[in-house]
Amino acid sequence: MTPRPQDDTQNDAIDVTADIPANPPQRALRLHRELDEVWRDLPGWRGFFTSVNHSTIGKRFMATAFVFFAIGGVLAMMIRAQLATRDGAFLDTELYNQIFTMHGSIMMFLFAIPMLEGLALWLLPKILGTRDMAYPRLSALGYFCYLFGGIVIVLSLLFGVAPNGGWFMYVPLTDKTYSPGINADVWLLGVTFVEISAMAAAIEITVTILRCRAAHMPLTRMPLMGWYLLGTAVMMLVGFPPLILGSILLEVQRAFDWPFFDVARGGSPLLWQHLFWLFGHPEVYIIFLPAAGALSTIIPILSRTTILGYGALVAAVIGLVFLSFGLWVHHMFTVGIPHMALSFFSAASALVAVPTAVQVFAWIGTMWEGRVQFRLPMLYIMGFFATFVMGGLTGVMLAMVPFNWQAHDTHFVVAHLHYVLIGGFVFPMLAAIAYWMPLICGRWRVRGLGEAAFWMIFIGFHGTFFIMHLTGLLGMRRRIAVYPENAEWEWLNLVSSGFGMVQAAGFALFAFDVVMQWMFGRRSWRNPWQAPTLEWAMPLPAPSYNFASLPGPRQPDAGALLALARGEGLLAGAPRGWRETLAVEPGSGKPQHVAVLATNTALPVATAAAIGSFFGLMLAGLYWLAPLGIIATMVVVWRWGALMGTERDHPPVQVAPDMALPLHWQVRTTLGQTGTMVLLVADATLYGSLLFGVGFLTVVAPGWPPPDSGVGTGWMLLLALAALALMAAGAIAARLAESRRAQAGGRVWTRIGLVLAGLALVMLVGLGWGLDDPTRHARDALRGAILGFAVVHGVIVLMLALRSHVDARRGRIGLERRGAVPAWQLFQVFWLGTTAASLAVVVAQEVLA
Amino acid sequence: MSPLPKSCLYKPAALLAVPLLAACDGPLSTLTPAGPAAVQIARLWWAMLIGSGLITLLVMAMLWRALRHQSHDHPGPAAERRWIIGWGLGFSLTVLTVLLGFGLWIGERMIVRNDATPLVEARAGRWAWEFVQPGPGGAPVTTQGILYVPAGQPFDVAITSFDVIHSFWVPRLGGKMDAIPGHRNVHRLMAAEPGIYEGLCAEFCGLGHSFMNFRVIAYDPAGPLPAFTDAPEGRP
Repeated sequence: MTPRPQDDTQNDAIDVTADIPANPPQRALRLHRELDEVWRDLPGWRGFFTSVNHSTIGKRFMATAFVFFAIGGVLAMMIRAQLATRDGAFLDTELYNQIFTMHGSIMMFLFAIPMLEGLALWLLPKILGTRDMAYPRLSALGYFCYLFGGIVIVLSLLFGVAPNGGWFMYVPLTDKTYSPGINADVWLLGVTFVEISAMAAAIEITVTILRCRAAHMPLTRMPLMGWYLLGTAVMMLVGFPPLILGSILLEVQRAFDWPFFDVARGGSPLLWQHLFWLFGHPEVYIIFLPAAGALSTIIPILSRTTILGYGALVAAVIGLVFLSFGLWVHHMFTVGIPHMALSFFSAASALVAVPTAVQVFAWIGTMWEGRVQFRLPMLYIMGFFATFVMGGLTGVMLAMVPFNWQAHDTHFVVAHLHYVLIGGFVFPMLAAIAYWMPLICGRWRVRGLGEAAFWMIFIGFHGTFFIMHLTGLLGMRRRIAVYPENAEWEWLNLVSSGFGMVQAAGFALFAFDVVMQWMFGRRSWRNPWQAPTLEWAMPLPAPSYNFASLPGPRQPDAGALLALARGEGLLAGAPRGWRETLAVEPGSGKPQHVAVLATNTALPVATAAAIGSFFGLMLAGLYWLAPLGIIATMVVVWRWGALMGTERDHPPVQVAPDMALPLHWQVRTTLGQTGTMVLLVADATLYGSLLFGVGFLTVVAPGWPPPDSGVGTGWMLLLALAALALMAAGAIAARLAESRRAQAGGRVWTRIGLVLAGLALVMLVGLGWGLDDPTRHARDALRGAILGFAVVHGVIVLMLALRSHVDARRGRIGLERRGAVPAWQLFQVFWLGTTAASLAVVVAQEVLA
Repeated sequence: MSPLPKSCLYKPAALLAVPLLAACDGPLSTLTPAGPAAVQIARLWWAMLIGSGLITLLVMAMLWRALRHQSHDHPGPAAERRWIIGWGLGFSLTVLTVLLGFGLWIGERMIVRNDATPLVEARAGRWAWEFVQPGPGGAPVTTQGILYVPAGQPFDVAITSFDVIHSFWVPRLGGKMDAIPGHRNVHRLMAAEPGIYEGLCAEFCGLGHSFMNFRVIAYDPAGPLPAFTDAPEGRP
């Protein structure tokens, strides 16, 4: 056995100088039984619908994602079969269009994103030294939204009505005129439904990393995986809202004829492209970062050393997060944007290679400075290097505007994106699975299968895609079904198709290897890679509660396995029968309070079904019944709040011999509070994207200025100002409801806030009567969307005010307890701020017109 | 050095190059350029290919050495300087700056300026192309599926769409430009020699996308004018 490489305290993830005395040791088996009783899933099929445990949900996400990967892979093989010869008669064009659209959409939205969510959900609490994600019920809700949405999307293919406009869904091809069928609606509604899981995961990951780390694990020293996933989550928070907004606008255009993208009425198809790529490019890095995080975790451990340049890697992650939002236009170099503007995006696209290069050289340097052990994960990491470096270099080529004009929309780009995504995501994921499988199933792999699978995937991949660069340079476009006049491409495509089958067989063998390991592998010993990180400080396979006691300064790494199992860490066992974990200060990791997490419940699946009923009714075109889905969702969501809160004060919990912390009901800075703020960041991005739409269409779209508006009348301005005044008064009421919470006066203020919110909402609805017909012009449609945004937030505020009032009446609010009031305050202020900004925009439009 | 060994080296190299260059040939190949824009881009491509090939080899060699290299130390500040500052920042920034400058310079030379360059119209509609070009005596002539331009002179193409987004692309002459409803994009191209150049729609536009082709006929401006006929059934 090699000694642990950690030898100086500087490298420890936990600040060992902040001493917390150890709890007295107990019998590990007794602790295990006590905790497992509280944390385990219900047995049998009930467990499937009620589990909220991050290990269960994370594994389920990954398994489901792999099933969709297989479906997407079968579609890829059908594409390759069609293209193998120039007159391919395997598929007709309509079906071919559906298949390539579905291949791209499935791989992006139903495989890559859920796969990384699954890895994050499963791994994050373990590597950070805690017992679960911050919001276990939200994990389960995300999973069921993903599952239901994914099933609908895939079923559409069986019924022959799958999306057929390309995974990028460019309008006008996807509007009602050119896609009258249900196909485009399946994409818009299905993907948006699935994206609820992405937003849920983004919020959870952010809050878990900021608030649920091991005691005294400073942000600046947490495992690199934490930084990578924090970067990923922040990008998801800011990257997904433009896509969600674009999908909503396009669906509203299809369903109700509001002309956001219709040039004849002041819209522009380019607005869709901007919104789509504002998401679409960061998406690539959203997929890459978790994979890079796995590499930064695995490479030093298999090189028997520590990572080279921790600070530089953190800087690289932050750099990628920022830069990746500045280069979406490189997908639009051929739409006719002036060359000087393109040069800016070209430079940004090339610059993004710098943080990537820093990481690649840091990894190579780490291997150079250590002693590499050539185990199976290392083989997949070599596959990553060989593939991703080339994908990165072709990416820099495509960032050069003139070359992009030639290569855009050809098979050169197809080759490039597969080098980046399979090289930068799939190979590291395969390495990650090979590395963490012993922790998932407690077993060691069957010798030889993994190596064979690697070589088949590697050879198959490069055989398929390397010459595809040449196919593209010889002029073969993307998304064509036949090429009867271009015999010169035939041998290239035939080679690609042949190797494609080898690659597919390789992935099948990999799946077989995983199943064999799960079922027949020999039992693995503890910490098989001798890693220092905390996910290995637990028995194999990982127990439902992760840690019998939570790691602190005396249990800083995987070496503390036995001490933690004996309860010497913090918050040992489950003496109150609750799922408890520590919430810490975001920066230093100092323990703040004990959070009681949700236990097994069917509420998430019921909520996903309620949300699904809305999407289903929209998809069926039953628009006037769709509000029923919203009402059903509100009823179920109300139950979520009902389960939170408590009617009495609880005594502080003894976390360690001289450390007692309050329970989360009795503190203000709860995990829920942090999560609400994170949610509002995403919400603000959605609103910002809407304003971007207003600005973009005003400046760029033809058909402006629009016809005269009837909005400029005095009564509407008065009504809007009155609504704003009511919202501001509501914000004051929400504040007083908290500051007077200990007295009977608190209840009065929640009631006043409720009435104020209701009145403001009525006035907003009244404003709707005065709006111009939104089908007339894009400006009027955008005003309708802006008002809709305010109304939706009004309903949310109304529900939160009502929740606060009920909390006050039921005695859930007291000197220590605040109920839903802090969340209500945040939403009330957000509602006020966005509505004021909206009013300013409309007034400016009218004054300048 | 005598000329003999030189030619001895050249001959097998030339023999090897023949099938290689033949593989680059084709009516839609960007690697057999026939106009200044396409020539510049092809040159940029070959330069980037050589550079990328060298960088790939360099990284693979480093990786190979890293696998062999055995060390018992933990990476210190010196190693960090070498790998992060030296290779990660220094090397990548140098390469990218040179490349960006080169790309910008080429791009600037291709953009459309307001000079007296003749203008033709390309109108895309599902799934055929309509062109308007100056005919005999300069009067505009509308054709289906074939664009007639004088060889050896630059021309601007004003690209518009009747319905969905399409993209105008003649690979041997230069890059592509999208046809977007409600927008009018102008794109400068030139065919160096008289000849027939294949063109196509490069943006997915629905069922007929695979067949939405056209043809550019570059005629000798000194010779007699061509007949400006349509392609049969709008398709070349």
